[in-house]
Amino acid sequence: MDALIQEFPLFWSGFLGTLRLALFAAVGSLVFGTLLASFRVSPLPPLRFVGLAWVTVFRNSPLVVVLFVFAFALPQVGIRFPTFNGNAFFWPGVAGLAAYTAAFVCEAVRAGINAVPPGQAEAARAVGLTFGQSLGTIVLPQALRSVVPPLGSVIIAMIKNSAIVGAFGVTGELFSVDGALSATGVYPALSILTGIAVCYLVITIPAGIGLNVLERRIEVKR
Amino acid sequence: MFNPANRFFVATWGALAAGLVNTLLAAALTVVFALVIGTALAVARVSSSRAYRWLVVSVIELFRGLPVVITIYFAARVLPEVGVALPPLWYLVIGLTAYNCVIIAEIVRAGINALPRGQTEAAYAVGLSRFQTLRLILLPQAFRIMLPALISQLVVIVKDTSLGFVIFGFSEFVRAANIVIQYFIGQEGINLTLQMYVAVALVFILVNYGLGKLAEYIQARLSRSRPDVAAPPGAELTAARGATGGTGAV
Repeated sequence: MDALIQEFPLFWSGFLGTLRLALFAAVGSLVFGTLLASFRVSPLPPLRFVGLAWVTVFRNSPLVVVLFVFAFALPQVGIRFPTFNGNAFFWPGVAGLAAYTAAFVCEAVRAGINAVPPGQAEAARAVGLTFGQSLGTIVLPQALRSVVPPLGSVIIAMIKNSAIVGAFGVTGELFSVDGALSATGVYPALSILTGIAVCYLVITIPAGIGLNVLERRIEVKR
Repeated sequence: MFNPANRFFVATWGALAAGLVNTLLAAALTVVFALVIGTALAVARVSSSRAYRWLVVSVIELFRGLPVVITIYFAARVLPEVGVALPPLWYLVIGLTAYNCVIIAEIVRAGINALPRGQTEAAYAVGLSRFQTLRLILLPQAFRIMLPALISQLVVIVKDTSLGFVIFGFSEFVRAANIVIQYFIGQEGINLTLQMYVAVALVFILVNYGLGKLAEYIQARLSRSRPDVAAPPGAELTAARGATGGTGAV
């Protein structure tokens, strides 16, 4: 713990770095995951196939492998990410984390879409809305309510997964605090890692409690 | 690479196979330890007095809130520092177990809570003690209900073994692939990064997709044979979270 107290500014900047990484990845995965979910329920078989393939591949691969692919294999075929504050791994990390989490977001949203009574979509189509309109204005807004709790869980898990991106070498993030402090040799690993663990718990435990409260409040009453 | 006559064929696939064995071994050991400790935690949570229960809930919430890569790294860095020197595989197993035992504890607890109350009451009525009731009546049924969620958690464990890459000097499947890639870039000037990762990902996808299908199949069989307890509202939610990635599964 004394590392956390003595080196608080370093931990604080790491904490903010983790939140920043998580924020980018959260926005990316929510947008892309919702898009994938709409693919999975779309009337066009090729789109359905893309959605299913994405979910199958990314849900069953380890995040580590996904990150390795984004950081090292994509540049091999000419896909390069810009650097972020001079860090080459930030954008590959965000993109890999978002691509991976999008598969879980997609499944959560799809479950929510399936929970909306089919009559809603049928009625929307019957009054002449297109598939996109009925999904966007009728089905998704109703699905949103029941998907907020599972989506919250996915995002909390994603924040925890962002530590893997840190282990990968994105500097200025919580995990990388260890690298910076271990190099000085002043603190034992126990002290540094306890500090890092506390920082993650400060994010995940309140988020979990908040999610439970939210869940109870917006429980779908049908 | 895929031609057996190639002079690198044996060495490359031998290294990958050794890594895969380490990965599966770590996953298997983790499952065993996490099941035992997780069940003990679940039993402690449902059966002990209030003070103990508070303690157990704290431990569960603590480890559930930590990134699993941190628990693994913690084990690998801190245990040697305090004088516990183990083969690297065990650091991975300890780190994975610390996280997964609390997830399994929650799954088992949900399974116990999903059983009809009459089961407990009947067991007490015929004179079984609290512990006997748990061991003979509740746990066997809870495990059956929770089998799909437990298998889904196994998928997570198999995936998370790849986090062994943070342990210096430990070669699991992904690390083995990295070593092969480095060798070819360094010695032969051939970049096989994409090919190697695609191969690694395919193996993981095959194993995990198979496990996922098994979970679905067991779920379907369960809900056919035991409609009363197979899909209680609470259990379904927990199982769904286990499968699609609630607090732990992503």
